[in-house]
Amino acid sequence: MSSSFRFLRFLLPLVVFLAIAGFLLKGLWLDPREIPSPLIDKPAPEFRLESLEDSSRQIDRKDMLGKVWLLNAWASWCVACREEHPLLVQFSRSATVPIVGLNYKDTRVDGMRWLAQFGNPYVASLFDENGRVGIDFGVYAVPETFVIDKLGVVRFKQIGPVTPEVLQEKILPLIQRLNA
Amino acid sequence: MRDDSRTGARLRGVCALVAAGLLAATLSAGLVAASGAREAQEVGDDPAAEHHMMRLASELRCLQCQNQTLADSNAPLAVDLRQQIRELLAKGQSDEQIKQYLVARYGDFVLYRPPLQSNTFLLWFGPALVLLAGLAALFWNLKRRLRRLESSPQYSEAESERAQRLLEKEAQEGGLS
Amino acid sequence: MIPEIGNFALMVATAVALVLGTLPIVGAARGNVRWMSLARPGARVLFLLVVVASSCLVASFVHDDFSDLYVATNSTHALPLAYKLAAFWGGHEGSMLLWLLILSFWMFAVSVFSTHLPREMVARILGVMGLVALGFLLFIILTSDPFDRVLPAAAEGNDLNPLLQDPGMVVHPPMLYMGYVGFSVAFAFAIAALLGGNLDATWARWSRPWTTVAWTFLTIGICMGSAWAYYTLGWGGWWFWDPVENASFMPWLAGTALMHSLAVTEKRGGFKVWTVLLAIFAFSLSLLGTFLVRSGVLTSVHAFASDPRRGVFILLFLATVIGGSLALFAWRAPKVGLGERFEMISRESLLLTNNVLFLAAAACVLLGTLYPLILDALGLGKISVGPPYFDTVFVPLLAPALFLMGIGPLARWRKASLPEIAARLKWAFAVAVICAVAVPLVEGRWSILVAAGVLLAAWIFGTSLLNLWSRIRPGEGGRMGAKLASLPRGYLGMLVAHTGVAVFIVGVTLVKGYEVEKDVRMDVGDTVAIGPYTAKFVGTSEGSGPNYQYLRGQFDILRAERLVRAMYPEKRQFSAKSEPMTDAAIAPGITGDLYVSLGEPVSQSAWVVRVYYKPFIDWIWGGCLLMAAGGALALSDRRYRLAQRRATADEAAGAGAASRA
Repeated sequence: MSSSFRFLRFLLPLVVFLAIAGFLLKGLWLDPREIPSPLIDKPAPEFRLESLEDSSRQIDRKDMLGKVWLLNAWASWCVACREEHPLLVQFSRSATVPIVGLNYKDTRVDGMRWLAQFGNPYVASLFDENGRVGIDFGVYAVPETFVIDKLGVVRFKQIGPVTPEVLQEKILPLIQRLNA
Repeated sequence: MRDDSRTGARLRGVCALVAAGLLAATLSAGLVAASGAREAQEVGDDPAAEHHMMRLASELRCLQCQNQTLADSNAPLAVDLRQQIRELLAKGQSDEQIKQYLVARYGDFVLYRPPLQSNTFLLWFGPALVLLAGLAALFWNLKRRLRRLESSPQYSEAESERAQRLLEKEAQEGGLS
Repeated sequence: MIPEIGNFALMVATAVALVLGTLPIVGAARGNVRWMSLARPGARVLFLLVVVASSCLVASFVHDDFSDLYVATNSTHALPLAYKLAAFWGGHEGSMLLWLLILSFWMFAVSVFSTHLPREMVARILGVMGLVALGFLLFIILTSDPFDRVLPAAAEGNDLNPLLQDPGMVVHPPMLYMGYVGFSVAFAFAIAALLGGNLDATWARWSRPWTTVAWTFLTIGICMGSAWAYYTLGWGGWWFWDPVENASFMPWLAGTALMHSLAVTEKRGGFKVWTVLLAIFAFSLSLLGTFLVRSGVLTSVHAFASDPRRGVFILLFLATVIGGSLALFAWRAPKVGLGERFEMISRESLLLTNNVLFLAAAACVLLGTLYPLILDALGLGKISVGPPYFDTVFVPLLAPALFLMGIGPLARWRKASLPEIAARLKWAFAVAVICAVAVPLVEGRWSILVAAGVLLAAWIFGTSLLNLWSRIRPGEGGRMGAKLASLPRGYLGMLVAHTGVAVFIVGVTLVKGYEVEKDVRMDVGDTVAIGPYTAKFVGTSEGSGPNYQYLRGQFDILRAERLVRAMYPEKRQFSAKSEPMTDAAIAPGITGDLYVSLGEPVSQSAWVVRVYYKPFIDWIWGGCLLMAAGGALALSDRRYRLAQRRATADEAAGAGAASRA
């Protein structure tokens, strides 16, 4: 009995190594810099910002209650935003859900010009000049897109451009569920 | 996503830093750039609060960087968050509250000192456990080893003593080498 | 043309490595002399081929051959020659070739310095190293070829990262790799011993110098990396517990344990299993480190661009080498004999405790480094583990080992007496306590952490002095001078290395306890008090270097109203598209460094300036260099130089020892 226990002892390093290797293998497909949002299934933060297009108009959280909507953080200086923009423009035409833009750390002139050039899928864009609302939403790398339900609870966050796959496989089914 | 953040980041970074610098300059009220030796002012209205902010920031992670603290990074979000921390400190919030503020928005990832919670027990107590287990295993092993050597003596008493004397002589001469 | 030659050389090398990795090992198992004798020439041919391939890469850099993708990515026409050479290892592909070059160099060295080893042993050692080389060659050829072409050739290269255009870049990676990769020799010795079944004192004696020299290089390499970060990164830090830093530190910890364990195996025939396991661990941690920084699995400032495909390859390689060797260990190690008897309190048991402590320390670093990945892989959340964690957990873990450093060298083999040791050391302890109380007071602020650090450092230094004194004390046996001259270099090496540890601890403790940092807005003529100095901003000037534009600030440093020196921090712009690089001005001193760096301009003439005073920070790297000096001193021990002359005597002794083990 003691000799077989002794033998098992010598296997311990190998066992530990295999466990580590397993984790490393799994890790090859994870992104160590992707930060999952702690806001999922929590109420979206309060916000009240001027609209980008019309500085006399203010939009706040209460205005969006009662419907499922998308919040898309974008900026004119953001190259990756251009990747997803055509898809958003096209999606907005289907009028499934309203898309609200969050113009993050931009200037009115640049933002408006960008929308004129690339299209405007947003029912309105929040003008977040100093990025504070972005911070409240946990934005760290535009573009980022949030799906928010009728009660104002955040249900999904996409970090990086929205791809057709993400739209088809994650966002649309979720919207359907939330609207049901 | 990373690339454009960097390009945009550089522009924002330079702008933000110059803006911050100008802000600091104007807030350092009454200081007109004049010639003549003068004791330089530390940046910010309140150097003590500034130090406090930097101390906090050095335990927080810059989310737009590879692996840097909020204190050391020039990324736009880092600059913004440092400013946010300054404002929260000015409002009288405690270190714990400020950390909670950031964790609520960015998750535990933003803390370089992992919080002690259910998924980090192994992290915080693991090293001590490994050490204690290792030392305990060592102790039992040595005891067992002695018992086993006892039951099968290799040398006689006289030989053992002679060996011991030889070893002592050698230890005096050469040590471990 | 030249890159093609390089590629071809690598392919031939792969074939050679395949032969080298198989035939000699099988030959050793079967007693086939012809196959075994392939080992030495095989290793030398492999080295030659890798040198050819490396020369091709160097030539491509020197000739600005931008049709080679790797050269185009890491160089420009205007890059100074020294940095064109350093760009060899500036990117992933080249650094893999450097790994291979150094590995084949070690193989060459083993082939030259192994005439006194039995044929089977040489065959196995070089065979194992050949297998490792085979893995790297396949990795390079299949996934990371520095000779890939880009057609049409680029008109101008992308330039070496400005942060790397620095003398540190020329020296740090090669030193580090010499150490990292050097542990492959100890590893090969261990595997050879497991395969051959002869783990004995002679094996340890042969293996030891190889381990010591690899450890010495690794110590220098890590030291340089830290010093380089300090003066290049601009924020005065010197260790961040970044995954890449940890990747080099873990093999160092295992290697230190290994060195001490080998000493016991050599002198007393004990710890055989431990020593073999530590040798496997040290090299495994080196390989693991190589994986971690290239696979994208962890974030790091140093990480090379990542690619899951490369990651899978390295992981498979890791699994084969590490898994294979640990499986071999599990199979063969139980059969190894116990070794000599020693009591619960003896030098052996203290060194064994040392082994456990250093391994626990390495495990602690590994845990902290991998933990975020483990949690993420299990879906349990995403956290960060950074310096606050390591500083809190690591230091208390290692402190007992540091304390034992005082006791171990004085303990007798086989059976030591604690009361006797305590009596001998009581004065060292008293002096250490006095220092621990006094030094913080002298520095201006008493703190328990500083006191603890000073206590340990003074303890180690004091006990080393006592140890030395007991050996050279004039009395029976001769005069002090004669005794000093006759001390074995191995012993002196230990004293010097241990003193280096004490010096290192002093540096770390005092800098962390008493460093001063100030961020100030300075206009021309303004002054700021920092430490014992006053810095006065004189103004700025502009100019250009070989491949950059610079803005240089001038700061006059005064002490007690007298001008001591001037310091010139710079902001360097390497090209229109890169960010300006901060080049801090550092005034090193034995009692402390002054550190000035330019922040951002806030007006026409005023700048945000960061000044630091870092007391005793150079003792950190001084201590590391002393440790390395100790290693070098131990290597110059008489018995290694006489090794060749004693070749025949050793073989006879080896045969005798083998029959005893």
